[in-house]
Amino acid sequence: MDFTFSRRTGVLLIIWIVFSVLPCCNGEVPSKPTSGVTIVPPIKPDNGPQAYPDAEKANLPVFTMDYPRIQIPFEVTLWVLLASFAKIGFHVYHKITVWVPESCLLISIGLIVGAIMHSVNEEPPAVLTSNVFFLYMLPPIVLDSGYFMPTRPFFENIGTVLWFAVVGTLWNSIGIGMSLFAICQIEAFGVQDINLQENLLFASIISAVDPVAVLNVFEDVSVNEQLYIVVFGECLFNDAVTVVLYNMFNFVAEMPVVEPVDVFLGVARFFVVGLGGMGFGILFGFVAAFTTRFTSKVREIEPLFIFMYSYLAYLVAELFAISSIMAIVTCALTMKYYVEENVSQRSCTTIRHVVKMLGSISETLIFFFLGVVTITTEHEWNWGYILFTLLFAFVWRGLGVLVLTQIINPFRTIPFNLKDQFGLAYGGLRGAISFALAFTLPDNIGRRQLFITATIAIILFTVFLQGISIRPLIELINVRRTNRNLDTINAEIHCRLMEHTIAGIEDLCGQWSHFYWKDKFMKFNNRILRRILIRDSRAESSIVALYKKLELQNAMEILDTVSGDISAAPSIVSLYEEKKNAGKPKKMFLAADLRNMHDILSKNMYKIRQRTVAFTGKHALPNDTQTKEILIRRHASIRRSLRPGSFQTTKVPKSHKYFSLPAGQSLDSKFPPGRQSFTGDQETMSEVAYPTRRSRFSQPTRSSSRAMMPLRRLDTLKEASSIDILDEIKDDGAKVGRSVPRTNSSSSDSRLPARRHFHSSSDNDNGSSDNFRNVHHEAEGEEQPPSPPPPAWAVEPRDNTVRNPLLRRPQWNPKKM
Amino acid sequence: MGAAQTRTENKYQDLAEKTGFSQEQIKNLHKRFQYLSGDEETISRDDLRKIPALANNPIRKQIIEAFFDKRNQHQDEVGSFQEIGFEQFLMVMSHFRPPTLKTTDEEREAMRREKLRFLFNMHDTDSDGTITLEEYRKVVEELLSKSGSIGQEAAKAIADAAMLEVASTNVPHMGPDDFYEGITFEHFEQILKGLEMESRMHIRFLDVDAPTMHCGKSKS
Repeated sequence: MDFTFSRRTGVLLIIWIVFSVLPCCNGEVPSKPTSGVTIVPPIKPDNGPQAYPDAEKANLPVFTMDYPRIQIPFEVTLWVLLASFAKIGFHVYHKITVWVPESCLLISIGLIVGAIMHSVNEEPPAVLTSNVFFLYMLPPIVLDSGYFMPTRPFFENIGTVLWFAVVGTLWNSIGIGMSLFAICQIEAFGVQDINLQENLLFASIISAVDPVAVLNVFEDVSVNEQLYIVVFGECLFNDAVTVVLYNMFNFVAEMPVVEPVDVFLGVARFFVVGLGGMGFGILFGFVAAFTTRFTSKVREIEPLFIFMYSYLAYLVAELFAISSIMAIVTCALTMKYYVEENVSQRSCTTIRHVVKMLGSISETLIFFFLGVVTITTEHEWNWGYILFTLLFAFVWRGLGVLVLTQIINPFRTIPFNLKDQFGLAYGGLRGAISFALAFTLPDNIGRRQLFITATIAIILFTVFLQGISIRPLIELINVRRTNRNLDTINAEIHCRLMEHTIAGIEDLCGQWSHFYWKDKFMKFNNRILRRILIRDSRAESSIVALYKKLELQNAMEILDTVSGDISAAPSIVSLYEEKKNAGKPKKMFLAADLRNMHDILSKNMYKIRQRTVAFTGKHALPNDTQTKEILIRRHASIRRSLRPGSFQTTKVPKSHKYFSLPAGQSLDSKFPPGRQSFTGDQETMSEVAYPTRRSRFSQPTRSSSRAMMPLRRLDTLKEASSIDILDEIKDDGAKVGRSVPRTNSSSSDSRLPARRHFHSSSDNDNGSSDNFRNVHHEAEGEEQPPSPPPPAWAVEPRDNTVRNPLLRRPQWNPKKM
Repeated sequence: MGAAQTRTENKYQDLAEKTGFSQEQIKNLHKRFQYLSGDEETISRDDLRKIPALANNPIRKQIIEAFFDKRNQHQDEVGSFQEIGFEQFLMVMSHFRPPTLKTTDEEREAMRREKLRFLFNMHDTDSDGTITLEEYRKVVEELLSKSGSIGQEAAKAIADAAMLEVASTNVPHMGPDDFYEGITFEHFEQILKGLEMESRMHIRFLDVDAPTMHCGKSKS
């Protein structure tokens, strides 16, 4: 099934490619729904037949073409476009990417395209040179993984990560290199001319693991955090190590003789390069963070600083020939935390999207190119060398993981068990970086072709075989899993509680692990770093952050359920569907998604939402009015949910943890007239509604006008609430019976129908939440609930008129009565 | 001299069997204990309050209280000690032993339960078997107390929301007259069901003699 589909996609693409490659076919092009650029063939003028003769050169040209001028950017654009189309194709049918990693599909498409190009004797564009790769394609890839590195687990496991990344890569390179050198001594293979340095160079190339596919699988099956982060961190830092080794061996390979002192110099250089890169990264990270402190007036170029500083870090590191990957990764890690608090929501979204986009484009191109090159280049196939390379890569990786975990385990609180080790070892796919490194090998390496062939072989082998089989295997051996998506307030509170407990107990017994250091760093961070680097440096507890997030989701859910049938909010609907579909949400995007929601909310919702969004803004903590606002909303939802009816509604979807009432369910029917008795906790529960008198709700006109109250009240919080919104509300209030979705004002309208559904309940809510502000002003005449503080849960309209400046507007009053 | 040596070793042996620590770990912890208590047989609350490293911990009170809580001694007693000896000290510490590779799944489950019980006891200050809203709120307030800018109201709201969450996950069908009194241990387990405890509730107790052993008091 999968393959048939991929073939189908492939066929589509072939057609497209054929049209774009063969100019002679131009006449037969049916109107394909591809973009217009494809009509002009991406053909070098010297290769293909020129479709447009430039005969009339002598006269004033009416129509001219200067293809060579645009050739390179044009072809690059087409390649990117083609690769992107391929990506769209994969996701048309969702199950393909679950079982077959995307990299496999990309390579397959590349193979097909390569075959076509080969059959028409077309050369792939010579874009992938060493400079292009190192200066333009590599930075986005590593910036992507550096920026989206989950910070907390990374620092909790930093020792293990570095251990595997540095020592593991060294182990692999040297092990494989030595063994291959031994193989080269066997005459039967005919590769005696490869010396030790070249073998080591080749080994360092193929020891760069690139487990994007594995990480996707790990995320989907939510494998335990330790394993995940070690694989993630390893791939990131071992790129750095590999490139350092590569450069070193590249240099060494050209030296005629290698003296012992060179080895020591090499080791010294290794550390200089690594630590120097880290230093530059941290430096630039802090400078970037510091810069964004002052960008509040120039929001539109805010994201630019992030990219420029990271790239600058990369280039400067490259200038001094120290590890530029290290520099850009540490730069991203350092600045991320501070920058995201400084910049606005939109800038943050932009940054995340662009980082992701650039990274995935680079990677896609490399994989795609890999497929093309596999077909179009001449290979030097040496069975012995290549098979032994495969064997050694596999064996040394396995051995390395076994041995290294034995050494690291005593230092870990939670040791890796055998299953974890299997996951680690089997997750060692080779990928884009390896290929690019091999492809950019200098020409003076004698067996360059053989190295490229062997690298391609090992990449294809690991990506296809291991990449496809790792999911079933991981599921089969049942690696310890972690539920990483436990997004409840309780979980957050208890995580924090546990952290504090552990830190306290460690203090007590005088032994410190990373909790101690985390504590110390946080203190330093809060006291000094945040003051310097962040505009509004008040620390925010993670519990509060989560609380805000959940508030927002709550708001989203209300909105979703309401706007499901409103045509004017397609973006939200689609977003919601995306949320539903993401049975295995990509953790990395979760925050990004959330930010999208912020964005959409702030655009599409009426003013109260903007308040909420402003509140959730990371860079500002709420002032009092906002807090109150949220509190009111919170209490309203608590009240609503504590009501027996809402517990009995079986139709409430599971996601509605916060009991926003689903639209279309009228509470009236579900309300037993009985009173709810909350015996304990008077102060809080006093805000909880006591639906005592049903008679109150049975006055339709009143309740309907009351149903509007939260809107009004909340609107008034925002001083600038525009009159037209008020008018709309008024209008809607007037035609309560009909729910006419309007196209122009999606937000306020979309909200109203739902409100109407629970008139009676919201009646209550408003009453008591208003009450919350009025501090029990009007208790007289109300039936007293058992609790001492009199919760007057129905507000007289006049009270509101007095309280709310906006309600003094004359147009409100008649509607009210 | 020699007899005393054997006696302490025997004592350690006993403790090791009881708590699962290795003898070196017990020795280390004993040193720390003596240091904290000022070479006394027992530790009082004041001794622990004096630890400067603990001063910034927002839930210092609960942590110290946990040491004097009889429920954390693996026995069925309720109440609290005025002073604790080394054995009790170790017993509390033993809640945080990390699992080894040999630990079976059932043992892991039991350990997890134990840790949850420990947390639960930290919440449940009046030892009546439920965490009431007030108790919960107090903990949340204290957790947030260090971040300054969050008022009590926000803390309250968060605790309310959290409580509501518990109520909704555990009692989906509440009758009209029902009132959710508090979180029982079963409910507590339920809400933290998916939460990973392995990486959070463990301390790597040192086997070797740590030179930094006494930094705790001198460092601020």
